[in-house]
Amino acid sequence: MSATLELCGVALRGPVLNASGTFDAVAARRAFGDVLLERFPFDAFVSKTITLHPRAGNPPPRLWEAPAGLINSIGLPNRGLDGFLAEDLPRLAELPVPLIVSVMAAKRDELAVLVERVGARPEVSLIELNVSCPNVETGLVMGADPAEAAAAVERARSSSAKPLIVKLTPTAADPAAVALAAEAAGADALALINTLKGMALDPRTGAPWLGGVSGGVSGPAGRATALEQVHAGARRVRIPVIGMGGIASGSHAADLLAAGATCVAVGTESFRDPAAGERIGRELAALRSGGPGAEPSGTAVSAPVRPR
Amino acid sequence: MSAGSAASAPVGAADSRTLAPLGRRLARVVASEELGPYRMIWAHDAAGPADPQPGQFYMLAAAQGWGAGSDERPFLPRAFSFASVRPAAPHDDRAETALGGPQLGFLLEDVGPGTQRLAALEAGEGLWLAGPFGAGFRSAVDRTVLLVGGGIGVAPILALAEQLGVGAQVLLGFRSAAHAEVARLFPAAVELATDDGSVGRHGLVTAPLAEALETLDAVAEGSAGRGAQAARERPAGSGHPVAAPLVQACGPPPMLEAVRTICAERGVEAQLALEAGMACGFGACYGCVVPTTRGYLRLCIDGPVLDGRLLEASALAGAPDAAARPPGAARELP
Repeated sequence: MSATLELCGVALRGPVLNASGTFDAVAARRAFGDVLLERFPFDAFVSKTITLHPRAGNPPPRLWEAPAGLINSIGLPNRGLDGFLAEDLPRLAELPVPLIVSVMAAKRDELAVLVERVGARPEVSLIELNVSCPNVETGLVMGADPAEAAAAVERARSSSAKPLIVKLTPTAADPAAVALAAEAAGADALALINTLKGMALDPRTGAPWLGGVSGGVSGPAGRATALEQVHAGARRVRIPVIGMGGIASGSHAADLLAAGATCVAVGTESFRDPAAGERIGRELAALRSGGPGAEPSGTAVSAPVRPR
Repeated sequence: MSAGSAASAPVGAADSRTLAPLGRRLARVVASEELGPYRMIWAHDAAGPADPQPGQFYMLAAAQGWGAGSDERPFLPRAFSFASVRPAAPHDDRAETALGGPQLGFLLEDVGPGTQRLAALEAGEGLWLAGPFGAGFRSAVDRTVLLVGGGIGVAPILALAEQLGVGAQVLLGFRSAAHAEVARLFPAAVELATDDGSVGRHGLVTAPLAEALETLDAVAEGSAGRGAQAARERPAGSGHPVAAPLVQACGPPPMLEAVRTICAERGVEAQLALEAGMACGFGACYGCVVPTTRGYLRLCIDGPVLDGRLLEASALAGAPDAAARPPGAARELP
C-alpha cells in the first residue's frame, strides 16, 4: 500500500483513524478473525487509553442511547501499563497500520512513566495524551486549563522523543487557548474533540441512570461542535489537527478536513458498523477524486441555500 | 475486582466461535410471523455464515426508518440471539447475488423503539446485520442436557433444541398461554410452566428444573450404587450410564439467578445466556459488562453465555432495573 500522507513524520496510507476507546482491535480479531488484518478499517490504530495501574472501569449501566448519539460512562477499564505492554502491545503490533497509544494519568509523575515506557517500545509510532476524558474524576484537570495542560505536555515531552498528540476536551472554557498552550509546550499534534459531558436519568426514578452518574456524549449529536472546534483550533496552531466528532460518512470527514484537520477519526459510527472506517475512507477518496461513488456536494450549488 | 483479567482474556478454554464477516451487511426480510405477543422475523443473510452457534447473537438495525421513533431513536443496532437457522430457500434471493447464506429467525417483543421498528418489518425490507458475535453454548457430548428458557429468552434455547434434536429435555416458562405459543416451534415435546397457569404447570419453570435434577440424582444413585455427586464427577464419555448433567438456560435475570442457585447447590454445571444493553456487539465499547468472579466481563465478547460459577447473585441483579423489566426488555437500551 502506498503512503498518501504524513502525520508527525509517520507515513499513513490514508487519513482515517479510530477515536481512542471506540475500537478494540484485540477483541475485534476474536470476533472477525484474521480478515481484520487483511481489511483493517483504519489507516492508523489508536489504543484504548491506558493508565499506570489497572482499572476495572465504572459500574454498569454504562450506556444510554440519546437522540442522534450515545452517552457512555465506561471509566477507562484497562490492564494498566505492565499488562498492556506484556499482553496487548504484541498483538496490536500485528496490525498492518501504525500504532498510536493513548495514555492518561492524574499525576505528572505517572504521566512521565507512562510516556517514557510506552515511547521506548519500537512498535509504538505516536503517543496520545488523554487530558480530556470526562468520565474520570481527574480527567478534566489537565485539559481544562492552559497552564495545567502546558505543564503536563512539557513533562511528557521530556519523557520521550516520540511524537505527542494532545487530545483536548471540548468542555474547556477556552479550548483554543489550551490548544495554543499545548503547542507551545511541545505537542506535535492535537486531537479534538473528545466527548461532550452529559447525563441521563432513570425514567422511573429520576435518579442518574449511568453507574458513573455522568458520561460523555458522542455521535452525530456532537458533529457541529466538533466542526467549530476543529475550525477554531486549526486556525490558532501550526501543528496538525486530528478532527473527530460524529463522523458517519465521507462527507462528514471531508467537512472536518476542509475546516483544517489533517486526519480524521471515527468513533461511535464503528459501533453501528464495525467496518465504518473502511467505508468512510472509501467515500472520502471518492469525494476527493470526484469519481464514481462521490456524494452530491452542496458546494456545486451556486446559491447559498442548504439543500433540503 | 481486577481489570487485568477482565480486559480481553477468553473465558472458555478453546475459542471456537463462528466468526463474523467484517462489517455490517444488508439482509432481506423474508417473513414476519406473529407468535402471540412475540414476533419471529426471518431474514436471508446471504453474506453470512451458515453455521452460527446457538447462543451467538447478531446486531440488527432496520435499513429504513431507524431513528424515526420517539426521541429520534433507535440510533444503535439491537442485539438478538438467533432463534433458528436454516438453509436459504430458493425464492429468498431476488436478483443478483448468488444463492448462499442461511435464513435466520429472530424472536422479538415490542418493548421499545428498536424492537418496535423491528417488529414492524415486512417481507422485502432491508435489515442490517452484523455477527454472529459472542461465545455461544458449549456443546456436550454424552451428557444429559436440560434446556431451560423463560419468556423471550427461549430464543437461543430454540436454536439449541433444533441442534440437539430430540435428545434434550426442554423446560419453558412463560407469563401466559399466549406467550407460550412460541413453544410449538420446538422440534419435540416441551414441559411448560406459566405464571398464570393458563397452560402447563402453574408457577415458575425452575420448579420442574429442580425436580428433573432430583430425578437424575436418584437415577445416578441407583445405577452407580454410590453417591450421585461421585457419579456426576466422572468425566463425560467414561462409559458410565449417567454422565454429569448440564443445564443450558436463557431467560429473565430472576429466572437465571434461580437456575444458577439450583445448579450451584447440586454441583451441576450451568451455562447461562445473559443479556445487557449493548452499543457495538464486538468488544469495542465496553458498555455491556457484568460483574463476575473474574472482574467485569464484556457480555458481547466473553459472553453472552457464561458459566454459572463465574457469576454471583449481583451479576444477575446487576442492572438497577433488572428485576422490574419484562423478559427481553434488557435488549433495549432505556
